[in-house]
Amino acid sequence: MLAYYLRLGIRSLRRNPILTSLMVLAIGIGVAASMTTYAVFRAVSGNPLPDKSTQLLVPQIDIWGPQSRSEGRDMPDALSYTDAMALMREHRAARQTSIYPVNYTAIPPDASREPFSVSGYATYTDFFPMFEAPFQYGGGWGAAQDAAHAAVVVISADLNQQLFGGANSVGRTIRLDDHDYQVVGVLENWNPHPRFYDVNNSDGFSDPPDFFLPFTHAVDLHTETAGNSNCYGSSGRAPGWDGWVQSDCVWVSFWAELPDAAAVQAYQSYLQGYGAEQNRAGRFHWPANAKLHDLMQWMDYEKVVPPESRISLLLSLGFLLVCLVNTVGLLLAKFMRRSAEIGVRRALGASRREIWTQFLAEAAMVGVSGGVVGLALTGVGILSIGLVFDPDYARLAHMSPELVGLTLLSALVATIGAAFYPTWRAARVQPAWQLKSN
Amino acid sequence: MQIKPILAAMRHHKAGALLVGFQIALTLAIICNALFIIQARIARVERPSGVDESRVFVIENNWADKSSYQTIGAQIGADLIALRQLGSVEDASSTNSFPLHGAGWDNYVKMRPDQIHMTTDSSVYLSDDHTLNALGVTLIAGRNFTANEVQAAQLEEGKSWPVIIISKDLAKLLFPGGDAVGKTIYVTNTNTPSTVIGVTDTLQSHMMDGDSGSFAYNAILVPVRQLSSYVYYVVRARPGQLAAAMRDAPKALFAQSRMRIIDPKDGVMSFAQVRAKAYERDYGMAILMGIVSAVLLAITAAGIVGLTSFWVGQRRRQIGIRRALGATRTDILSYFLTENMMIGVCGVVVGTLLAIGINLWMVTRFAMAHLSITYVLTAAIILLLLGQGAVLAPALRASRVPPVEATRPV
Repeated sequence: MLAYYLRLGIRSLRRNPILTSLMVLAIGIGVAASMTTYAVFRAVSGNPLPDKSTQLLVPQIDIWGPQSRSEGRDMPDALSYTDAMALMREHRAARQTSIYPVNYTAIPPDASREPFSVSGYATYTDFFPMFEAPFQYGGGWGAAQDAAHAAVVVISADLNQQLFGGANSVGRTIRLDDHDYQVVGVLENWNPHPRFYDVNNSDGFSDPPDFFLPFTHAVDLHTETAGNSNCYGSSGRAPGWDGWVQSDCVWVSFWAELPDAAAVQAYQSYLQGYGAEQNRAGRFHWPANAKLHDLMQWMDYEKVVPPESRISLLLSLGFLLVCLVNTVGLLLAKFMRRSAEIGVRRALGASRREIWTQFLAEAAMVGVSGGVVGLALTGVGILSIGLVFDPDYARLAHMSPELVGLTLLSALVATIGAAFYPTWRAARVQPAWQLKSN
Repeated sequence: MQIKPILAAMRHHKAGALLVGFQIALTLAIICNALFIIQARIARVERPSGVDESRVFVIENNWADKSSYQTIGAQIGADLIALRQLGSVEDASSTNSFPLHGAGWDNYVKMRPDQIHMTTDSSVYLSDDHTLNALGVTLIAGRNFTANEVQAAQLEEGKSWPVIIISKDLAKLLFPGGDAVGKTIYVTNTNTPSTVIGVTDTLQSHMMDGDSGSFAYNAILVPVRQLSSYVYYVVRARPGQLAAAMRDAPKALFAQSRMRIIDPKDGVMSFAQVRAKAYERDYGMAILMGIVSAVLLAITAAGIVGLTSFWVGQRRRQIGIRRALGATRTDILSYFLTENMMIGVCGVVVGTLLAIGINLWMVTRFAMAHLSITYVLTAAIILLLLGQGAVLAPALRASRVPPVEATRPV
């Protein structure tokens, strides 16, 4: 019977090709707009490490006091060198690392090649297992090398390609600025979106870093941060590097891995205790105040999802709604025009249920065609997304099997949803009236 | 006008009329917010930077050898001389940032050293005696720096700045009474006073964030040559020679020394490129909103055409009867136009409320400004005209229904 209804549907849709293509186009455009903006939104709002995002936490310590907030400053979103080192020393988390971004100049061994800029992070050994960084060759350095301030480096697949042609370079040496570093590991292509461990310095969607080296070594070299350094009330500090690392300027990101809720609780009270201790020591003149954010809370706090992405997603959903209202109207017109036909069918014994099936089948065909049109338009949308969004975001959105499925499904569901009211009206047609009026 | 019969007829197709009205309302709500966003973004993009944009370009220079800051200082001096000697270049200067750059350095400004709350916030551009000319910014009061006022420094040394030049808008904000030249303000972390020696014409800050709007034209020039791992050269070409200067300048720099990195992709950017990059998101948003509004209007119009055509088809017999009873074609035409206008006005009223609601929500959610009534009115007029335009074709078809239809069975 369904096959028969589908045939009837095709016939009826063919009867007014303009009305039909209007509906199909409206559904297609509405769905495509929503899907394109949704693809971007999903790409920028995704969880980069779903299996352990609740175990990775970022502390915030109120080192500037309530006075700074009355001047419109937030609590610092990084730690000062002093505090980061204190947390590292006391080592209360299962794993922990301090991180800051650094830029160097890579000097290729081949003297005929130009030096080039590289960017990376100074960090600790726990960084790699904590954030599940995958290695192509070798691995991270060890805690002993952190302690020894060793000149070792983990390089990206990309830098390995540039310097060593992609070969296993573990054990070889690279030159950054005026120092040699021994390669201990080569990462696979790894650049989580967003790059959660550095959202306080970057938008989180830029090119992957080229290298990682021990924090302790970078500090020995007096390497300045390539990211933000925020200062408050540190006037009169000592000049030069020492003055800077001893100041209350914040520039170190700190991450702790805490396996369960109890550990998080314990760490929170440890941080509170740390603040209280600083208070007693006379450094803070206000009640201790520390916060702990897990990975997704941190993404939220740092406003990683660009507002443009949200606004455009909402806009296109509104757009889809208008398209659906439009479809409801057109379907209503289409179905009611066939009142006479419905009357005849009902008089010949078709039940209301059968009218429902017939008209929903017809709507489903509009939905499927709308989905196909929507799919093509989503493809166009994804290709031209770079015109509208920042290229950093735009390149994240791509056509995945999921997106294809979602596009077709939402077109179908939306159209059948839109068809409910017109079908209900069609099923309520009184056979007697229709027969009489002729 | 024949309002009563129209209302009576509408009662027979309540659902259709409601749907058209609802669609008009939703479209209106979306369109006025979209128009408003477009206008806000365009207003932002069109703000002047104060820079002589058609002739200025910027070179981002990273030092390959960072071992000695003395060497870097000497190299910057030699680079600037080389750049200024180029035939296509009018002037060149070194800096840490420039208008529209996004990244840079801002400092709180205070009027007294013991002041707890800042007076305002301002960009700090590290400059020399050539900076104003290199940017193409003129002084409206006071004097420029002299060559021997320019000191070389690493930023964290925290030196004091005895003389500074400030932008017109900052001067107005700090000294509403007038003359800023000769007055002192506090800009450094060391709490030493800085004397204002000059005031520039409009000069935009480097800060691009939405929330720094009130600081957007606060700029302070300090006579410091920054010794750091990178430097920006701001270069102003001679009239009509921008392309030549952009080609010559990197060559001249590499001839000076090869121990530098100038990104081949975006190491040298004309100010037009700087502007395009700075406002990328704004252009993107405006384009997206524009496309959505246009398509939305098209769909709404198509929907009105579709539904009205259906009504006309449904009422051919009634139209025939009216015509037979003496109604003119104009009567029939105006019937459908009036009907559409009535639905449109209801939709527009609901849509206005909806638009204001959405805007209020966006104000709290995305820190947007309040919708001005002009946008609502513009969008309302656009939609009413669109409705009338869309209904015209089916209404004309209706007006051509001959009176003889009255006698034919359906």
